[in-house]
Amino acid sequence: MSTVPADLKYTRSHEWVRTLADGTVAVGITDHAQHALGDLVFVEVPEAGRAVKAGEPCAVVESVKAASDVYAPLAGEVTAGNPKLKEKPETLNTDPYGEGWLMRLKPAPGALTGAALLSAADYQKVLEAEGG
Amino acid sequence: MPVPEKLIFEYSHAGRGASDQWPHDPGPAALAELPLTLRRARPPELPEVGELEAVRHFTRLSQLNFSIDTHFYPLGSCTMKYNPKACNQYAMLPEFLARHPLAPESHGQGVLACLYELQEMLKEVTGMQGVALSPMAGAHGEFAGVAMIRAYHRARGDLERNEIIVPEAAHGTNPATATMCGCVVREIPVDRLGDVDLAALQAAVGPSTAGIMLTNPSTLGVFERRIGEVARIVHQAGGLLYYDGANLNAILGKVRPGDMGFDVIHVNLHKTFSTPHGGGGPGAGAVGVGARLAPFLPIPLVGKDGERYRWLTEADVPQSIGRLSAFMGNTGVLLRAYIYMRMLGREGMQRVGEYATLNANYLLARLQAAGFDAAYPQRRASHEFIVTLKRQARELNVTAMDFAKRLLDYGFHAPTTYFPLLVPECLLIEPTETESKDVLDAFVSAMSQIRKEAEQEPARVTSAPHTMPVRRLDDVRAARQLDLTWKPTAQS
Repeated sequence: MSTVPADLKYTRSHEWVRTLADGTVAVGITDHAQHALGDLVFVEVPEAGRAVKAGEPCAVVESVKAASDVYAPLAGEVTAGNPKLKEKPETLNTDPYGEGWLMRLKPAPGALTGAALLSAADYQKVLEAEGG
Repeated sequence: MPVPEKLIFEYSHAGRGASDQWPHDPGPAALAELPLTLRRARPPELPEVGELEAVRHFTRLSQLNFSIDTHFYPLGSCTMKYNPKACNQYAMLPEFLARHPLAPESHGQGVLACLYELQEMLKEVTGMQGVALSPMAGAHGEFAGVAMIRAYHRARGDLERNEIIVPEAAHGTNPATATMCGCVVREIPVDRLGDVDLAALQAAVGPSTAGIMLTNPSTLGVFERRIGEVARIVHQAGGLLYYDGANLNAILGKVRPGDMGFDVIHVNLHKTFSTPHGGGGPGAGAVGVGARLAPFLPIPLVGKDGERYRWLTEADVPQSIGRLSAFMGNTGVLLRAYIYMRMLGREGMQRVGEYATLNANYLLARLQAAGFDAAYPQRRASHEFIVTLKRQARELNVTAMDFAKRLLDYGFHAPTTYFPLLVPECLLIEPTETESKDVLDAFVSAMSQIRKEAEQEPARVTSAPHTMPVRRLDDVRAARQLDLTWKPTAQS
C-alpha cells in the first residue's frame, strides 16, 4: 500500500503540495504515482521564473513504462525546479515526498486557499476508488 | 552468460573486406568536383569483414528474432498480422524494383496505375474524398493530418485555433503529433465504460479548438459508441475530427471513419494492410481527407487524365501543405498494400474486420473462463482487449511484465504491456484475423500455466525468460544510459 502523509495536500492527478515556512510550496508526485510509473529514467522540471496556471502541464516524468505530464496543482510562479532529478531521477522513486520534490512555487494571490486540493483522507479515498 | 552474437565490429580486421561488393570507384576526376567542405578528413570507422562473415553475422542475428513468420505476436495496438508472401512476390517484380523515381511518367504508367488505384481503394475503405500516399510512417501521417487541420483554419483566417483535444484512451502518438505541429494538447477523460466523457468534451471545446484526435476503437479495445455525438460537438465548436488509423483493422469493411464524421485519417498500411512492420519500418502512413481538407493534401498525388496517369504537383494542388518525403514515400510498401487489397477484394476486407474481432472476443472469453480479469468486462472487445493482472500482482507478487517475459519461454511474443497506462498491470492483446483457433487455445494454456507457476514457483516467472538468447534485460539502465556508440576496447 502506498503512503499518504497526513500533513500534505493532494490532487486527483496524484501531485502533492507542501506549504513551506516562507509561504512558497513544494510540489511532487505521490508514492502511488511513482509506484504506478515504475523506475523513473528521465525527469524534466520547470525553470525558475515560469508562471503556471492551475492544471497546466509543467513537468514531465518518464519511466520505462510511460512518459507523463505533471500538472501544476495551483497557479503561481516557479521559484525552483529540483536540480538533482536530472542526474538522479530514481530519487523520485526512493523518496517521493522528500528529496524527490519536483518544484517550488510561489502561489499567486489567493491561489493556495482557492485551489481545490484534497486532504490526505480524501486522496486516500481517490486511491481506493481507483482500486490502487 | 555468453553473448549470443558479437557486434560486427568485433569481427573486424584491418584490411579485410569484400572487394566485389565495393562501390564503383568514380576516379579522381569525379572527386575533384566535390567541394572540400563535403569531403571526409579520414575514412569512416566501418567494420572490416569478409562477405561470408557479414552474411553469417546478419543471418545469425535474424535467427535470434521473434517474428510473425515464426511466432504468435499478439502485440496490442500494433496489428502484427501475417504478411502474405504473394504481396512480396509481386512487389519484387523487376519492373517495379528497377524503376527510377525520376523516370518519366510515360515509362512508369504501371506503377502510377497501382498507386492511383490504391488511392481510390483507400478512399472507398475509409469513406474519404482524397488520399495522399507519401507519408512514410504512422506518426508521419499524423503530422500530415494535423498540419492540414492547421492549414485549413489558417486559410479561413481562423488563426486562434491551436488546441487539439486528445482523450486519455487515444493512441500514444497523438499528443506528440499535436505538439510537433505547434498545437496545445487538452486531454479529456473517458468514463468507466471506456467512452469519451461528453461533458468534459463539451467543456473543452471552444473558439481555440482546432480539432480532436480520436482512435476508434480506442486503445482500451472498445468501440466509441457515441462517436456521432462527439463529431457533432466538435464540429459545432468549429473544430475538425482526426481519426488515428491504428485500430482500423477492427472495423475494416464494416464502418467507415468518413461516415462517422471524421475529416481526416491516417492509415497504417503496415498494420491494416499487411505490409512489413516493426524494426523501424519501412512503414507507410497514407492520409485520407474529407472535402474540407482535400485542397491541403501533401504532394505528390497521382492523378488520371483520360487513360494517362500523372503526378499531381503544386500546380494542381496550390494549397498543398507540401512535400513530406522524397518522391512517392515508400513505394515498395505501397505496392505491397495495393496487392494485398486486390487479393482481398471488398468481401475479403469485411472478413478481415469480422475475424479480427471474432478472434479477439474468443480469446478474451477463454481467458476470462480461465480466471483472468478483463479491464472492461461489460464491453465487447473490438480487435483487441485488455487483461489486467492487478489481482495477480497483489496476491502473488508477480507482475504483468513477469507474465510477458515468461510468455517468451512458451514461444509467444508478449502482448503490449503497461499500455494504456490508465489500466494497472495490463496486457493489451491483439490476436489479429490471421491466427487459427489452435494458436489462440495454446496461448490460453500458456497463460494458465504461467499463473500456476506464479502460485507454486513464482521465482520461475519473476526471473523469466529462461530460454531466450538473453535473459531479463536491464531496461532501466538502458533508458538512463543512452550512449550507444560503439568504441573499440583496448585489446581489439
